[in-house]
Amino acid sequence: MDLFEYQARDMFEAGAVPVLRGIVADTPEAAAMAAAELGPVVVVKAQVKTGGRGKAGGVKLARSPGEAFEFASQILGMDIKGHKVRQVMVAEGADIAEEYYFSLLLDRTTGKYLALCSREGGMAIEALAVERPDALARVVIDPLTGLDAAAAEEVVTAAGFAVADRGRIAEVLVKLGEVYRNNDATLVEVNPLVKTGDGRIIALDGKVTLDGNAEFRHPEWAEYADVAAEDPLEVSAKAKGLNYVKLDGSVGIIGNGAGLVMSTLDVVARAGADLPGQPRPANFLDIGGGASAQVMADGLEIILSDPQVKSVFVNVFGGITACSEVAKGIIDALKMLGEKDTKPIVVRLDGNSVEVGRHILAEAAHPLVRVEKTMDAAARKAAELAAEGE
Amino acid sequence: MAIWLDCDSKVIVQGMTGSEGRKHTQRMIVAGTRVLAGVTPGKGGQSVVFEEDPVPVFNTVAEAVQATGANTSVVFVPAAHTKRAVIDAVDAGLALVVVITEGVPVADTAEFVAYAAKTGKTRIIGPNCPGLISPGESNVGIIPPNIAGSGPIGLVSKSGTLTYQMMFELRDLGFSSAVGIGGDPVNGTSHIDALAAFEADPATKAIMLIGEIGGDAEERAAAYIGEYVTKPVVAYVAGFTAPPGKTMGHAGAIVTGSCGTAVAKKAALEAVGIKVGRTPSEAAELMRAVVAELAEVSAG
Repeated sequence: MDLFEYQARDMFEAGAVPVLRGIVADTPEAAAMAAAELGPVVVVKAQVKTGGRGKAGGVKLARSPGEAFEFASQILGMDIKGHKVRQVMVAEGADIAEEYYFSLLLDRTTGKYLALCSREGGMAIEALAVERPDALARVVIDPLTGLDAAAAEEVVTAAGFAVADRGRIAEVLVKLGEVYRNNDATLVEVNPLVKTGDGRIIALDGKVTLDGNAEFRHPEWAEYADVAAEDPLEVSAKAKGLNYVKLDGSVGIIGNGAGLVMSTLDVVARAGADLPGQPRPANFLDIGGGASAQVMADGLEIILSDPQVKSVFVNVFGGITACSEVAKGIIDALKMLGEKDTKPIVVRLDGNSVEVGRHILAEAAHPLVRVEKTMDAAARKAAELAAEGE
Repeated sequence: MAIWLDCDSKVIVQGMTGSEGRKHTQRMIVAGTRVLAGVTPGKGGQSVVFEEDPVPVFNTVAEAVQATGANTSVVFVPAAHTKRAVIDAVDAGLALVVVITEGVPVADTAEFVAYAAKTGKTRIIGPNCPGLISPGESNVGIIPPNIAGSGPIGLVSKSGTLTYQMMFELRDLGFSSAVGIGGDPVNGTSHIDALAAFEADPATKAIMLIGEIGGDAEERAAAYIGEYVTKPVVAYVAGFTAPPGKTMGHAGAIVTGSCGTAVAKKAALEAVGIKVGRTPSEAAELMRAVVAELAEVSAG
């Protein structure tokens, strides 16, 4: 889960990382009021969960509340790489002497953490990493100790900071390491980390990604829910505890297990490639292990409510999940929907209780449901039905 | 023969008294796994009856090991307590700890994996994995024991259901061992660890590698195979249709930028001469051809 910049700023402040004052505004009037409080000079910054805000015109220096009003009017509602700007943060201006880069992240390759730090911060850090990798220090951090004082010392030394600055910077890095650990982050990035004219070290912009698996021990994360940005079908699936991702095709997909569902999407896309209109998967939906008839019915309901869906492919290999439950769920959902459902459903079942499952579907003999023996044949049939439905 | 788990493995179940633990312990015992004890802190001294035989419960792994001589643990403990349970197992010196639990915070996993690496005695598989089966010998985890029997194929996969699907596709050939290493960003056992073990295992004649989007584990596995693996390898990669930036169920299955795409993984595998199937059944066909060729060579 990614945070907005203002949420990262608040998290840094709570963790005693030096930051500048900032106020969130969702109207130009509120931005002007914030500028009057924080001014004379402020920065109006689009709050979007993507990079490249500056280049897109989403960050502006305002020298008066009037200017802040004007810039906020331009920025609010802007589309930055597909992200609609709903809020701006009005931040205090800073007297920047130098700009640095720092991040701490989970490194999947080693299973440890990685601290990245450079004396050359600012916008083009990705280019720096490619063109002059020596200018970006990389220090592996042991998960058992975290970014402690010794590790921070190693980072600032490797990054080549002036000896006089190292102590002050390392102190801020240790605080950022605590923010990372205490908040179950998988990424804490500060770009730029600045030195001001009077020698203070300040985190001027922050990006934080949190580990969704740790949500159970962070009740305070409830306030980060970003419902406005989510797809409505994804929101209602989440409320039912289903793992659903909306895609842009016309074949609805339900399966059990993330790997098998990913594979199902590929097999459908491949089958559809040769057909008119080239039908593609409409979604990813994993009903998980040991799903009940109710879960199956919930999943089918979500998918059938997507107007883009022309056909549905239910692909289940029963490990813990019983195929009989899946079959019952399909029949229950169809009963519930009654005449509202007009979309054909192709089912492929194998594994646990497959004979019972197939028998239930055969008995019900629902005109919209057809059973195929293999995953490949079922994918082809579902894609064909979607192509016919166009 | 098999990798990491065989008929001599003495197994304890951490979290055996919970509903998931109880259900799967029952299945494992029916499948022939030697389950000697359970561990649930605070429930030591109790026992749970499976197939008319009581299995004792201990408070700590060390006590269970002392009483039974166990060398393997399978963990069904809820995510909030998984780290503590794994560290308990590592401290008791077990050779193999299989962590089935899903939803473990990645910081906890990073810590217990680093902790086990430091002691150097324990192999961890998982978390968020279906476990490990050596058909006809033993089964730790939740892989259904009746999909396929023993045979010449070694299988490694991040995904549970793709493991089942592939075992089903190749049930005519059978498996030495099949291991699901889990779909989380950090896991105790990598594709490479499994490849090295299958290469060394005399019962394994060919290896099926199942990959999925996210990270660079498959690319590293490809490089390793090119360098060190002499047995034939067939691969399948899932996730060609996944859009960037979206997590596809597995916390690890996310494409960021140009990194970790299925296209890149397939290309890396093919670059070292590995045949990659475009669907699970196509990969199974390729494997069947490979095994037939091996039989011809040994017959000739």
